[in-house]
Amino acid sequence: MSDVPILHFEKLTKRFPGVLALNGVTFSIRRGEVHALVGENGAGKSTLIKIVTGVYQKTAGEIFFEGKPVNFSSPHEALKNGIAAIYQEFNLIPALTVAENIFMGHHFVTRRFFVDWNRMRKEAQELMRFLDVDIDVDQKVRDLGVAKKQVVEIAKALSHRARVLIMDEPTATLAQKEIEGLFRIIKFLKSEGVTIIYVSHRLEEIYEICNRVTVLRDGQHIATRDVQDVTMEDLIRMMVGREVVERFPRVSHTAKGEVLRVEGLTRRGVLENISFSLRKGEILGIAGMVGSGRTELLRAIYGVDPIDEGKIYIRGKEVRIRSPLDAINHGIALLPEERKVHGLVLLLSVLDNLGLPVLPLVSVRGFIQDGRLRAIAQDMVQHMNIKTPSLFQKVMYLSGGNQQKVVLGKWFARNCDIYLFDEPTRGIDVGAKVEIYHLMNRLLERGASIIMVSSELPEILAMSDRILVMREGRIVGELSREEATKEAILRLALGRREEYASVG
Amino acid sequence: MPVLVEEKSTQIFQKFFVFWDRVGILLAFLVVFVMFGALTPVFFHPLNILNVIRQVSIIGVIAVGMTFVILLGGIDLSVGSIVAFTGIIAAGFQVKWGGSLFLSIVVPLLIGGGIGFLNGFISTKGKLHPFIVTLGMMSIFRGATLLVAQGKPISGMSPAFRFIGAGMVGPIPFPVILFLGCVVIAGIVLKRTVFGRYIYAIGGNEEAALLSGIMVERYKISAFTLLGFLSGLSGLILTSRLNSGELVAGQGYELDVIASVVIGGTSLMGGEGGVYGTLIGALLIGVVSNGLNLLGVQPYWQMIVKGIIVIFAVLLDRLKRRFRTA
Repeated sequence: MSDVPILHFEKLTKRFPGVLALNGVTFSIRRGEVHALVGENGAGKSTLIKIVTGVYQKTAGEIFFEGKPVNFSSPHEALKNGIAAIYQEFNLIPALTVAENIFMGHHFVTRRFFVDWNRMRKEAQELMRFLDVDIDVDQKVRDLGVAKKQVVEIAKALSHRARVLIMDEPTATLAQKEIEGLFRIIKFLKSEGVTIIYVSHRLEEIYEICNRVTVLRDGQHIATRDVQDVTMEDLIRMMVGREVVERFPRVSHTAKGEVLRVEGLTRRGVLENISFSLRKGEILGIAGMVGSGRTELLRAIYGVDPIDEGKIYIRGKEVRIRSPLDAINHGIALLPEERKVHGLVLLLSVLDNLGLPVLPLVSVRGFIQDGRLRAIAQDMVQHMNIKTPSLFQKVMYLSGGNQQKVVLGKWFARNCDIYLFDEPTRGIDVGAKVEIYHLMNRLLERGASIIMVSSELPEILAMSDRILVMREGRIVGELSREEATKEAILRLALGRREEYASVG
Repeated sequence: MPVLVEEKSTQIFQKFFVFWDRVGILLAFLVVFVMFGALTPVFFHPLNILNVIRQVSIIGVIAVGMTFVILLGGIDLSVGSIVAFTGIIAAGFQVKWGGSLFLSIVVPLLIGGGIGFLNGFISTKGKLHPFIVTLGMMSIFRGATLLVAQGKPISGMSPAFRFIGAGMVGPIPFPVILFLGCVVIAGIVLKRTVFGRYIYAIGGNEEAALLSGIMVERYKISAFTLLGFLSGLSGLILTSRLNSGELVAGQGYELDVIASVVIGGTSLMGGEGGVYGTLIGALLIGVVSNGLNLLGVQPYWQMIVKGIIVIFAVLLDRLKRRFRTA
């Protein structure tokens, strides 16, 4: 029995009108392993997951679950059979307690109508103890941080006796230390016999916790290998289908002159006495844990959130920035953390999105001059290498990498020269990441300067000229390119040595 | 490359929906139109048709403004009360306060715009949902109407003022010209101006719009002001046509107005839709009312039917979204 794979896909095919999202995919997932699923955006990972969990119906082929062919018609049915998925957007109800969320859909009841609170809380506490985490089950979910919400999701899956747990980019929004916590839980679940399908763009992680890895590309199965038998370079080559010369194509520049100086910037309770300067032609990295104030710093400089104290100088002149419009007029551009939430109007076309900050420049008495707008947008599409069938395509239908290029393109057209990047490559596949780095280099060549907030240490180490480390709303250290190491950043970001030691 | 194929196919879906958005509502309108015509021959009489579109104009002018507000993801329940209040002010200037044609037109329009401005200002600066702000305003200006009128309608307008609601330009009623003028101008504004494009951007993703340097609050306040102004215009038309500033004028208009916009395919979530849909939506509502009237159906039924149509229209919008995200 144990050599029967827990899941086996046989020539699995999914056709959407006009697209072959999965094309005869055949591979197996062994019982009790952590199995990585990798591939570029659009490779078919999500489609595969959604078919397994009953969100989509397959077009052809078979899925065998514990040796028996299955075809779940809904996520509910998949869950009942022991297959649970945790997506990047959590399925939790913020206003309800942890215990209620865990047992959502199968509340314990007494006398058929009344919620059995005692039993629910007890079982929830037991699950928390089982996972060895410290979460108060009576707390409202909205008061939890991302990492704890994720644990609640895991507990929820376990409450359904899930034997297969699918995790989609589980570390995307976690800080380094929280990732360690998650990995501990994953290893524990594995030892308890739970099979985990792990989807991630972060290849380093796959080597850390996965047993085997399956690569999909363009809807086809490329390979399934033991992790130790395959190098990262091989993986990348299989994912993109060609050689990627360099993962971090950093061109060195000579930084000269100060373009931006921040002095004593304070936003009570969030940012404390922040001072630094940005030189022309450099990338200034900002590292730190999630919640250390990195995003808030960018937002404050950009005029989204008001500041209580502090001065901002641009090219030596003090400026007052009260709104994003002020910031833009001073040549500052922000590329926000979550593209879909903060960066793009998904319902609108590529043209409309590229036009957002430039419309006033291409209009006469409020009337948009279509020709000029289109020329600029066309220029951007070519310049940024945005893959879109036309300017009129709604951005919601573009891939993540191309969406990010649209966000960037908006500012190119505006000739901004101070760029604030917040997690510029989150959720973007390897090939598109390299393209974004190239675009950053090109910005520097044009004389622009970049502040880059990133949680991905390899990225921040490879791309920054200097790195500021933040903790609890303060800047706790500055590292030059030579001094910067993963350890040095973590030591500063975590503050205490012993804590650092536990992270490894 | 399969990614491109995917984009092409979704583009076909999009085209289908664009087609459905425009033609679906038009088809529904034509079906209803022909149906009533078949049931009651009087319906097709030119006089009746003119009557229908004249009635539609009063609601329609407001619906044009409401399209802007709903595109932004907002709502305004105070429009009916603005109609009554501006109407009574116009009547006051006509009958009681000196009879100046200029003042009886300009002052109500300014007041309408002013109330709209307040709606926008309070809801954006106070970070309140416009639903509750305009609900309050709805009550305030119904009360203010009664106060100004001292509980009695004000009647007897000058012939010049009567032209606004009852005049004809050739064979076409003047209000219809006003209404269609508003539709065409609004259509151009939404499509071709910075103001219009930013309305869509804000409705589609307010945060992204803000971060792109759009003064979101300013645009919201402008849209509410425009809606208040057009409600004032509607108040003028109604008062002129009735030859009287009525206390209950505009009561229940908010439903007809919002219904016109929603039936016309503008999403209550904001960011999607347009004013030409609103035109058809308003006509559909008008035709249904008129048709049921001619058929001798009790007026009570009209309200029920209208309610059903609204819910159906919103359901359709929801289905469309679900299909698109799948």
